[in-house]
Amino acid sequence: MIKLKSALATLALAGSIAAVSAPAMARDTVNIVGSSTVYPFATVVAERFGRNTDFPTPKLESTGSGGGLKLFCAGIGTQHPDITNASRRMKKSEFELCQSNGVKEITEVKIGSDGIVIANSKKAEKMDLTLEQIFLALAKEVPDPKGGDKLVANPYKNWSDIDAGLPNKPISVMGPPPTSGTRDAFVEIAMEGGCKKYDFIAKIKGEDKSKYKSICHSMREDGPFIEAGENDNLIVQRLAQDTDTLGIFGYSFLMENEGQIQASTVNGVEPTPDTIAAEEYPVARSLFFYVKKAHVGVVPGIQEYVQEFTTEGAWGDNGYLVDVGLIPNPRDVRMQTAKNVKELKAMTGQEL
Amino acid sequence: MTDQRSQAEIVRQSLKRRYRKERRFRFYGIAAIGVALLSLVILFTDIIGKGYTGFIKTTITLDVVLDGEVMYLQDAADPEQLDMADFQAPIIRALQQYFPEAQDRRDVRELSRLAGSYASNQVRDLLKAQPELLGTTQTLEFLAHDSVSVYVKHADNPSYSIRLSEQQQRWVDQLVADGVIDTAFNDVLFSRGDSREPSNAGILGAIVGSLLTMVVTLVIAFPVGVAAAIYLEEFAPQNRITDFIEVNINNLAAVPSIIFGLLGLAVFIGLFGMPRSVPVVGGLVLALMTLPTIIISSRAAIKSVPPSIREAAEGIGASKMQVVLHHVLPLAMPGMLTGSIIGMAQALGETAPLLLIGMVAFIVEVPDGFFSSATVLPVQIYLWAGSAEQGFVELASAGIMVLLTFLISMNALAIWLRKRLERRW
Repeated sequence: MIKLKSALATLALAGSIAAVSAPAMARDTVNIVGSSTVYPFATVVAERFGRNTDFPTPKLESTGSGGGLKLFCAGIGTQHPDITNASRRMKKSEFELCQSNGVKEITEVKIGSDGIVIANSKKAEKMDLTLEQIFLALAKEVPDPKGGDKLVANPYKNWSDIDAGLPNKPISVMGPPPTSGTRDAFVEIAMEGGCKKYDFIAKIKGEDKSKYKSICHSMREDGPFIEAGENDNLIVQRLAQDTDTLGIFGYSFLMENEGQIQASTVNGVEPTPDTIAAEEYPVARSLFFYVKKAHVGVVPGIQEYVQEFTTEGAWGDNGYLVDVGLIPNPRDVRMQTAKNVKELKAMTGQEL
Repeated sequence: MTDQRSQAEIVRQSLKRRYRKERRFRFYGIAAIGVALLSLVILFTDIIGKGYTGFIKTTITLDVVLDGEVMYLQDAADPEQLDMADFQAPIIRALQQYFPEAQDRRDVRELSRLAGSYASNQVRDLLKAQPELLGTTQTLEFLAHDSVSVYVKHADNPSYSIRLSEQQQRWVDQLVADGVIDTAFNDVLFSRGDSREPSNAGILGAIVGSLLTMVVTLVIAFPVGVAAAIYLEEFAPQNRITDFIEVNINNLAAVPSIIFGLLGLAVFIGLFGMPRSVPVVGGLVLALMTLPTIIISSRAAIKSVPPSIREAAEGIGASKMQVVLHHVLPLAMPGMLTGSIIGMAQALGETAPLLLIGMVAFIVEVPDGFFSSATVLPVQIYLWAGSAEQGFVELASAGIMVLLTFLISMNALAIWLRKRLERRW
C-alpha cells in the first residue's frame, strides 16, 4: 500500500511541476543561439562577462547560423533568444521573417573574420592549391578534361591527374557535413570560386540559377571526399595519423594544432591572420551577431554583454578573442561598429 | 540385420563429425564473447589512457604581496576602486621574484601567461570578500595556464603540441623543480560548471543537470508506465483496441530518440510555452522516450507472476484491486524496477532529443532548480570533444569515465534490486 501512496504522491508532484510552468516567464539570463563557428568566440566573451560582472553568465546554444536566425526571428518575448550568432550575413528573407513576426529593430554587429583552411600533416608535403584545383578535385561533376563545354562525372583519382605539379597521391579530403556552417562557407567560397572560372558554367548562372548551384555546390560522393562529423577536432586527429589526407576546418583549429598540421596555400596565399583580415586569402568569411532591441532593458545584461564583446580588450588586435582564433576587423571598422552598437542602431533591410 | 548394423555404423561414423561440429559451435560462441570483450578492453584502455590526466590539475603556488600601490587600490572595500584596480600586477610581481631578469614588456607578458587566465579574478574575489587583507602577503594557489598545464602533463606526448616559448619552457621547468608548479587531484572538475578554459572547466553543472532531468523522468515515466502496464495486463479486455495499443507501444519503443525531441519542441516549448534548455522539458521528453521500455518490461514482469497466486488470492475473497496491489505488484516489482532502471540508464546517455530543446548549450552556472538552464553529462562530453583547445581532449575522456561510473552504478543497482527482491517458486 505504501508503494501505491508514494506512486500517487509522485504523480501529484509531476502534475504540480507541469502546472507551475506558466508561459513566458521572466528571465534574468541572456539567451544566445546561432552559429557553431561564432560559438567558441561568444562563449569566451560570455564567460569573461559572467566572471567580471554581477550579471549571470549568458547561455549559449550552438544551433547553426540558419537555425539560430529562425529561432531569433520567431518573435518578441522571453521565450525567444535575445542574440543570434551567424557565420554569414542575415539573408533578406530572414530579415523579412523577423519583421513579420514583430522583431522590428535588429542591431547587426560584425565581429571579425574566420578563415577556412585546407591542411595536412606536417609529415607530408605542403600543398599549393588554387580554387580551380580544389573544385576539380572535389566536385561531383567537372568540365570534361578532354575539352568542350560538357560536364562529366569527376574522373580525377590522383592530385597529379589535375595538375602535373601536384603530388602523385590519391585525392583524399575530409570535410564537414552539410549541416555545418563551415561546409556552407567552403562550398560557397572555395567550390563556387573555382567553378565560375569556367565561362560556360558562369553563363549558366544567368540562365538557370538552381542548375548553376547544383553544379558548383555538389561535392563528389565517390570516395575522395570524406564527410567527417561536425567535430573539427576529430578531423585534426585523423590528419595527424593519416599523412595522405587533407582536412577542411576553421582557422582556429589550425592555430591550436600548429605543431602537427600545416595549411595549404590557396591561390598562392598562406592563411595567416593578416592575409585573412585583408581578404587576400580567398577562403574567408565575416562573422556577425544580431541583437534584438526589444529585449534590451527587459532581460538584464544584453547591452553590457554586447559592450564587452566590442571592447578593444576583446575583439581588438591584441584582445583575448585573437588568442582563440578570431581575425579582427580593421580598427576603423571596429570603431564604427562599436559606435553603432552603443546606439543600438537598427537595420533598415536595405543593407542586405 | 545388415540394415540395423549399418545404421549403428552410420551413427558411429558420424559421431566424430558431430562432436567436431559441437566443438566448433562452442568455439564460435567463445570467439563472439572474445570479440566483445576485446573491443570493450580497447575502448576502456583508450578512454582511460587519454582521460586519466583529466583528473589532474596543474597549480602554481605563489606568495602574493597584496600591495595597494601596485594594484592602484587604496581601499578594497570600495567597489568602484575594485573595478579599476589591476589584479594581474601582484601576480606578475610574485613571479618576478623567481625570474628578476624578466622586465621588458614581452618578457612580462610571457611571464604573466604562466598563471591561468582567471588568476587575477581570484585575487579580486579574495579582496572583495576580505578587504582587510590589503597590504598583507598571502600564499595563494592558482590554476596554471592551459598551455603550461599541457606542457607539464604531456611534454613527452607527440600528439600534443606545446604552445610555450623556449623561455617559458625553461621557466616552467625551473618552477616545477622548485615545487612552485605542482600537480594535484583536479577538484575543479567536480566543483564547477563548464568553462572555455580546460583547466577551469568542471562537470558538476552537467552532473546536477543530469540528476534533475532524471528525477523528472523517473517521477513521470515510472508511475505512468507501471499504471499503464497494470491496466493493460490485468484489467483491459482483449479486443482490437488493446491490440492496437499494444502494437503502438512496441512501435514507440523503436522510434529514434530525435523524434521525441521534435515532439518536445513542438508540444512543451511551442504549445505550452515552457522555456528552452531546462531540466523539466528534458525530463519530460526523456520520460516519453522511456515510457515504452518501462511499459513493456513491466508487462513482462506482471505476466511472469504465476496465475496460481492470483487464483489463491481471489479464492479467499480478495477483490481484483486487492489481488493486484497486494500480490501481483509486489511480486512483479523487481522486474519493473529493473526495466525502469535500464530505461533510465538509456535516457541518461541520450543527447539527440536534447539538442532540439536547447539543452546542448554552453552553461557556466551550476543549475539550481528544475527551471534553470542546464545541460547533461553526455552533452557536456560532446561539447568538450568538439572544442579546439587541447586540454579538452582529456576532459572529454574524463567525462566519459564519470558517465560510465553513473551507468555502471545504475546497472549494478538494477542487479542488486533484482537479486534482493526476487522471489522464486
